Amino acid sequence: MSDGKIKTVVTEPIFGQNPIALQVLGICSALAVTTSLSTALVMCVALTVVTAFSNFFISLIRNFIPSSIRIIVQMTIIASLVIVVDQILQAYAYDVSKSLSVFVGLIITNCIVMGRAEAYAMGNPPIPSFFDGIGNGLGYSAVLIFVAIIRELFGAGTLFGIPVLTTIENGGWYQANGLLLLPPSSFFIIGGFIWLLRSFKTDQQEAPEFKMAPNSKHLEAH
Amino acid sequence: MLNKESIRTITVAFVICLVCSVIVSFVAVALKPEQIANKLLDRNKNILQAAGLYQDGMSANEVNDVFAKFEAKIVDLKKGTFLTDEELAAANINVDAFDQYAAAKDPSISESLKGNDPAGIGRLPNYAKVYLKKDNGKIELMVLPINGYGLWSMLYGFVVLKSDLNTIAGLGFYAHAETPGLGGEVDNPKWKALWPGKFAYKDGKEISVAKGKATQPNQVDGLSGATLTTKGVDNLVQFWLGDRGFKPLLTKLKGGA
Repeated sequence: MSDGKIKTVVTEPIFGQNPIALQVLGICSALAVTTSLSTALVMCVALTVVTAFSNFFISLIRNFIPSSIRIIVQMTIIASLVIVVDQILQAYAYDVSKSLSVFVGLIITNCIVMGRAEAYAMGNPPIPSFFDGIGNGLGYSAVLIFVAIIRELFGAGTLFGIPVLTTIENGGWYQANGLLLLPPSSFFIIGGFIWLLRSFKTDQQEAPEFKMAPNSKHLEAH
Repeated sequence: MLNKESIRTITVAFVICLVCSVIVSFVAVALKPEQIANKLLDRNKNILQAAGLYQDGMSANEVNDVFAKFEAKIVDLKKGTFLTDEELAAANINVDAFDQYAAAKDPSISESLKGNDPAGIGRLPNYAKVYLKKDNGKIELMVLPINGYGLWSMLYGFVVLKSDLNTIAGLGFYAHAETPGLGGEVDNPKWKALWPGKFAYKDGKEISVAKGKATQPNQVDGLSGATLTTKGVDNLVQFWLGDRGFKPLLTKLKGGA
């Protein structure tokens, strides 16, 4: 297989086929872990590692998996990888693992991991599958980092916990926007991200599912 | 009779489960010591933070060194005494391993607070674990665990008393899930700085948290925009410093000193 293909497999999901923006997968964790940049980054790394390796291992044994139990076999592999990642975080990055709490465990149910396993790894050799996992992890990361920067900067006035805009509580001038620290705000930000992306990549725009009927005309009520 | 296809399916399922479980258990067992060390370090750090002895960027060893001066004691809340070694043995308690919040769930060593539960903790354990920092046999700092319900979540923290067992040296919460930016401001150093120097008891009354600005001498400002978290902190501090909390112990210790 050529290097060119690996490059597309890795870069395509970042903007071209972004798992969150185009396929709208994995939204739930994008809402939960983006209040601060550092937790979002760890989550990105964790998800990228899990997606890459689950793709790799599933692809490795794809010809042995009976199709009747393929979903549960994928789940078993993904779940094992997630537990391993969770254990490693608890051992070496305890503070972060505390702030990510259950969301590391919930990578198991992240549609991106499962979706890539089913859509790509089951039909492609291990190495490209691995890079497909990396690519999709990076696509997820791009959105998460974008959302986390906005939320942390305008919600708490900090980046990586370092004050950038001094808030009124700490004697500065910036009135922090509390809404940004609550989950609903990431809906708006992700929506904005998708809008932005589709304004540049117009081929991602979908045809409207229905047409608005024209306003009824009042002919006699003047 | 199983056909060939079914046998293959079962074999694959079995092998995958076996391989995965071996990997998972290996990782879990291999990393266990690190994880336990992390949990302990985290607890020690929380205690030092509440006591105002923690500085940013302290390494794990430094934290443990400072913490080594603290000694854990188990308190019988009703009697207001520290458990002696014999009592500990009789109650089958290992001081290091004792977890007061796990004990609160065990019906044999806790009681239900149903009907009269201002802090919203559900059950009160018979024993609590406090930490003492002694200087020449005299108590220099006393770290009391406190918990209670705020708006969304249980807040867990410590309140630290100075040698007179009345002046507050610090207060801090290490676990909660209050609204970020509002109730979550219980973590704000500026708010926490309001506590040191206040008195746990003044004129027979426990310290309280005001709604808004403090109006009485022995009161701490509430958090603006977080009435329910403030109320929760007020309730839990009063509860744990009250008759069912650490008041019997503190009274006894002060009387004997």
